[in-house]
Amino acid sequence: MATDSAAVLDGDRLEVAKARHPLAEAAGMFFRNHTAVAGLVTLAIIVVGSLVGPYVYTVDPYEMVWAPFSEPGADGFVFGTDYLGRDLFAGVVNGGRVTLAVGLSAALLSVFIGVSIGALSGYYRGWVEEALMRITEFFQVLPTLLFSMVLVALFGASLAMVTFAIGIVSWTAVARVTRSEFLRLREMEYVTSSRSSGARDLGLMLIVILPNALPPIVVQAALMVGSAILFEAGLSFLGLSDPNVVSWGQIIGSNRPYILDAGWTVALPGFFIFVTVLAISLVGDGLNDALNPKLRER
Amino acid sequence: MSVLTLLVRRGGNGLALLLAVLVLNFTLIHNAPGDVADTIAGDMGGADAEVMAQIRRDYGLDRPFHEQLLAYVGKLARGDLGYSFFFNQPVTELLLERLPATLLLVLSAQVLAIMLGTVLGVIAARHPNGLLSHGVTIFALLGFSAPVFWTGIMLIILFCSIFPVFPVAGMIDVTVEGGWFVKTLDVLYHLFLPMVTLASIFLALYSRLARASMLDVLGTDYVRTAQAKGLSEFQVVYKHALRNALGPVVTLAGLQFSGIVSGAVLVETVFSWPGLGTLAFQSITARDAPMVLGILFFSSLVVIVANLVTDLVYSLIDPRIRIGHRG
Repeated sequence: MATDSAAVLDGDRLEVAKARHPLAEAAGMFFRNHTAVAGLVTLAIIVVGSLVGPYVYTVDPYEMVWAPFSEPGADGFVFGTDYLGRDLFAGVVNGGRVTLAVGLSAALLSVFIGVSIGALSGYYRGWVEEALMRITEFFQVLPTLLFSMVLVALFGASLAMVTFAIGIVSWTAVARVTRSEFLRLREMEYVTSSRSSGARDLGLMLIVILPNALPPIVVQAALMVGSAILFEAGLSFLGLSDPNVVSWGQIIGSNRPYILDAGWTVALPGFFIFVTVLAISLVGDGLNDALNPKLRER
Repeated sequence: MSVLTLLVRRGGNGLALLLAVLVLNFTLIHNAPGDVADTIAGDMGGADAEVMAQIRRDYGLDRPFHEQLLAYVGKLARGDLGYSFFFNQPVTELLLERLPATLLLVLSAQVLAIMLGTVLGVIAARHPNGLLSHGVTIFALLGFSAPVFWTGIMLIILFCSIFPVFPVAGMIDVTVEGGWFVKTLDVLYHLFLPMVTLASIFLALYSRLARASMLDVLGTDYVRTAQAKGLSEFQVVYKHALRNALGPVVTLAGLQFSGIVSGAVLVETVFSWPGLGTLAFQSITARDAPMVLGILFFSSLVVIVANLVTDLVYSLIDPRIRIGHRG
């Protein structure tokens, strides 16, 4: 009898031990979501292709290799040639890196600004919040694309300037999300108890509150990468990108005058931007469902 | 609080924001490398130091920064935004000239996106796990993920090159003869593709939001009451539930205005639509400082006014919400 009950107890303990870490739970949910996994796989292929591609397909994207406007597949060029007779496939293979890099760094910049402003205003309240929210409101009123266009046009179309111009106008949504999370969490008991045991403001913000505020911020950040890529493509389309660095948007911008005669020179790189952003949106949606199950859309 | 006091308060807030936008933009342009004199000299094919100094005196560029800023704000208060040297026209005049085309494009695209988006969202919400609902979700993602200029170019390739049914560019065909009715039809004919392109981004947002918001409302008690007292499904959904589900859609529509301005710049450039967007693009490329400043100021004004109107519309739709108390 005694051994039996011990076995039952053991069994109970096993049950308890099976309770999973919330992150594992979220990961499980994410990977059961077919569209999210499809997005992740697509994104992985695009990222790996952009990183490795230039070493596999070694045609120089800047070199004129053939007559201009050769149709896709006609003269041995899968994607044809552009208005200068450059190999479009080489352009697409090499352009991905810059597009992804600009999108990622601009998103990081805007998340950094947004989280800082949102955290400070949500944590301190009072006049700090008032002032920072005024700044946020100011950037919401600013016509984003126009302002970035002016920045890039005035201060030069370097990659760094383009990244900065995108990041500086895109952070308001992150700031609002972060602020509302901080407003909610700062009243939680575990925060109060950390404070009463002597935690400093900075420690409370970064170590106690921020990790718990992360789920919605992560979702916002993921979507931000997508919109930053679209933003970069838009600027490039208007001719406001570094003319010396090939990116998907830059190919579109430089071939824009010839869309009616050589639509593929614009359609193909645009398609890659579209698929990349779509993949990122799918991953973002999947993260949203996995990390915020209560807020999930039915 | 009465609507009037709130209007005054928010109007004052808007003015302060506008002034801040103005000062930031003025400072930026003032500190950018190169000035009006350089641009004009470049157009003339070079000028000596004396001519350059003369141009700077003419444009008041030799005066200290704060004097220039004050002079600009002073003139602005009288509705004078300066003179565009690239277009050879007063900035205000040019802005007002181009405004109707942009308004037509932006408003028609918004109306199309909101109406179609709401209808799609509501239909999807009534059968949340149906095929149509998934269709709407996917459709929304597609519209949101495609670069708007790319969508426009694809439509041009499809409807102007492969099946030539729509005009490629512009707003009017000067060869069209006839009265105002024919001319209006001609403008609408030109408007169709740009409108659909611009609407495609926002259609995604609205249909998604309308679906989520409708799902929330359909789960409430008063909707069950309406159903229980025997109202038809149509009356319950479109008369009782929709009114409450619209709130978030309207709010989003208002908050989206900065994005709409951005979208309009790209769409207008793709379709050579003669509005503020193409004007902005041309003047930024030409480094026409007074024009650029004017456009930035004007579009901020549009966004602020749009926010104000959103608050008003919102309080009309939902009297429980008092302006200024939104979360």
